Amino acid sequence: MNMSDLVFLIISAFTVASALVVVLSRNIIHSALALILTFLGVAMTFFDLDAGFLGLVQILVYAGAVSVLIIFAIMLVMKSDPKSTNPPVASRDTGFVGGLLAWLVVIGLGTAIGLSRWPSLPNAPEGYDAVADLATLLLGNYVVAFEAAAVLLLLAVVGAIILARGAEKS
Amino acid sequence: MIGLNHYLLLGTALFGIGLYGVFAKRNAIGLLMSIELMLNAVNINFVAINRFLQPGAATGQLFAIFVIVVAAAEVAVGLALIISIYRQRQSVDINDFNLMKW
Amino acid sequence: MGDVISNAWLIPVMPFLAFALIGLLLHRWPKMSAVVSISAIGASFLLSLLVASKVFSGDPGSIYEMSVRWLEMPGLKVDMGILIDPLAAVMLLVVTTVALLVQVYSLGYMEGDPGLASYFAYQSIFAGSMLGLVVANNFGQIFVFWELVGMCSYLLIGFWFGRPSARDAAIKAFVTNRIGDFGFLLGILFLAIIFGTLNFSDLSARIPEYHNLTVLLPIAVLLFFGPVGKSAQFPLHVWLPDAMEGPTPVSALIHAATMVAAGVYLIARAFFIFSQVPQAMLLIALVGGFTALFAASIALVQNDIKRILAYSTLSQLGYMIMAMGVGAMTAGMFHLMTHAFFKGLLFLAAGSVIHALHGEQDIWKMGGLAKKMPITTWTFVIGALALAGVPPLAGFWSKDEILLGAFAGGFTGLYLLGSLVAFMTAFYMFRLIFTAFFGINNGGEHAHESPPVMTGPLIVLAILSAVAGFVGSPWMGNAFGHYISAPGALHHPANPSIMVVSSLLALAGIGLAWLIYQKQVVPAEKLRLRWSALYQLLLNKYYIDEFYAWLRKVLVESGARALEWIDLKIVNGAVNGLAYLTQSSGRGLRYAVNGQVQTYAIWVIFGVAVLLAAVLMTVFTGMV
Repeated sequence: MNMSDLVFLIISAFTVASALVVVLSRNIIHSALALILTFLGVAMTFFDLDAGFLGLVQILVYAGAVSVLIIFAIMLVMKSDPKSTNPPVASRDTGFVGGLLAWLVVIGLGTAIGLSRWPSLPNAPEGYDAVADLATLLLGNYVVAFEAAAVLLLLAVVGAIILARGAEKS
Repeated sequence: MIGLNHYLLLGTALFGIGLYGVFAKRNAIGLLMSIELMLNAVNINFVAINRFLQPGAATGQLFAIFVIVVAAAEVAVGLALIISIYRQRQSVDINDFNLMKW
Repeated sequence: MGDVISNAWLIPVMPFLAFALIGLLLHRWPKMSAVVSISAIGASFLLSLLVASKVFSGDPGSIYEMSVRWLEMPGLKVDMGILIDPLAAVMLLVVTTVALLVQVYSLGYMEGDPGLASYFAYQSIFAGSMLGLVVANNFGQIFVFWELVGMCSYLLIGFWFGRPSARDAAIKAFVTNRIGDFGFLLGILFLAIIFGTLNFSDLSARIPEYHNLTVLLPIAVLLFFGPVGKSAQFPLHVWLPDAMEGPTPVSALIHAATMVAAGVYLIARAFFIFSQVPQAMLLIALVGGFTALFAASIALVQNDIKRILAYSTLSQLGYMIMAMGVGAMTAGMFHLMTHAFFKGLLFLAAGSVIHALHGEQDIWKMGGLAKKMPITTWTFVIGALALAGVPPLAGFWSKDEILLGAFAGGFTGLYLLGSLVAFMTAFYMFRLIFTAFFGINNGGEHAHESPPVMTGPLIVLAILSAVAGFVGSPWMGNAFGHYISAPGALHHPANPSIMVVSSLLALAGIGLAWLIYQKQVVPAEKLRLRWSALYQLLLNKYYIDEFYAWLRKVLVESGARALEWIDLKIVNGAVNGLAYLTQSSGRGLRYAVNGQVQTYAIWVIFGVAVLLAAVLMTVFTGMV
């Protein structure tokens, strides 16, 4: 058990624990905050996987913008009741069945993963610059997807504004 | 030794938790949050596989970037939807959104 | 055989052309239509004479055949063509002669009828079809023209279509014929399937080699259905008496001389098939004999002049069919020829009477016509003597040869039956003559002799009825038999005792009729009363028509009821059931759509889980 393994274990434990809080908490604010922690945990995982740029993007976008957005929305739709009675609680059967299914899926995938063997794992070549490579790919082979993503974001922005504002009464 | 399998298991665990959340939350925003969990799990998988099976190319990370983009757009629109529904019905309980009932 | 014969195809074609001309152009000009029609049949008659003279001066076995491939499929070749052999030549002569005389006669009989142009058009197409049937060289062509003459019969029986009885009679004729044609067609189809060809020459070469009787017997029986329908044998005889609704010249031509003879002609043509199957021959002989007796018995009590002649025709056709069945094909064809002449004569003469009496057909309302219409009367008497079989007229020779064929062939029962029928024939014909032409005048004050255009054909036919028999008589070399024969036909040496017996029977019949109806020794009334049950039975034709009507009613109604049940319960039930199934499954599946997104999500993940399991299963079982 060397250092990197230990680091991995700590990071994963942290991430999974936060995720559990998101899902199991009865208080929506607690869920939202735990979500931020989960995002951070995922970012740390990315750093561990030598994907530095991606980890930063994760923190910026997810932990920075998306989480804030979620908390804004929670504030907007929260009734005048105190937060503790704004529970994310299941209705009995759906929760049970859903849990069962989720558990089955996990077991199944887990077994599959556990039983698979991968070939020996090479390391990245020396002097490998992930960011430059990303840039080449993004603006080279995948430029169409890039542009499409940009359009998508534009659509999302416009759509969100229209939806949130409501229909004009003119 | 920590190998690809462990990262994939991490991804699976997160995915399962998110999946449970989709079924088990009554608050619509809680639902959205669970979906975000699932998307993050997927991202972990992409990056892990990229790192272990094809370290010289960053295709997996690129894909993960696109997933993040789409997820962000989706959260924005989804929240806007929930807000506008809240204006009509004064509730974000998913059981109340049942207009499609026969 | 020479160029005349190679033009023989013109013989059927000319009347068809006349039909086309009249139908398309000349419809408005009746006289012109008549002229065209008569010219066409006259030309055919002349050409037939030339062809016959060529044929009968040559070798009896030589055949002229010309054909054109009409249809070729793997397994079947059908031609259209001409076959001229002595048999065809004889029929050509008979048909063209009688058709020509009838058309000339019609100028007088149908004068003033508004549909005259149509009448001659139909006469032409009938003549063309009948001639086409005669010269056909294969079963397919003969069937086509068979159906055509049936259609012409329908058109001509129902010619006065304003009369409901005429319309019904026409339909009855056509439908009854169709039943026979159905069997006929099945027989032809079997021939086509088994032999791959329908040509008479080809088949006559191959059938004697083909020894599978279990196949030939049904084919022969099925083919016999055609003549049963067309030649009005029992049980498909019911249409012929009703066919008397048509104009009398039509009755003379179609229902006495030619079309009904087509059945006999077919058996002669296909004799090589029938002669191979003894059981079929026996069936044919029995059907013919029975019909002869059956029809003669009904003719004894009929009161309508045309009906008497119609039943007489049925009876004589039975004779011809019986002759075929006992193997005397020559005798059958001989009788066909003589019968065409004297029966045609009798009908035309009857028409002359009806025309003179302005439509009266009941013999009890006639009488004493001999003085007013001498030509008609005496030609009628000649025809009746020929029919009764009094020597030396034509009918004697032909009928005698049939009786000879039955007797010498070992069919003693049929011989006795034939003799009885000969006696009855003489009796009822002279019952008619004594009642209608001699005796007390019951209504014929205004009668006068018919114009020459009508009496001319009568005289010609009377001459033919007198002398035509000599071509087949034993003391003139039996020229007829020399030419008209077929493999399997039987020839017997002349038997003088048979001749004497049949002559005596004929005279006895005439004598009995004279006693009862002329001299009134035993008044007819008393006889009628004494045997009233039998009289009623015969008068009502053994109630066969009523039986068929009942049968039709039962079959049609039960069939309709069954089909209605199927339609309502099964077809409707299936459709309604389908609808009900859709509705109820919809009602059940509704509950899956409860408006809760999470339920939908469960369904989705459930599907994913199933897929996952399936994939894992494949992978694991592959691995382990």
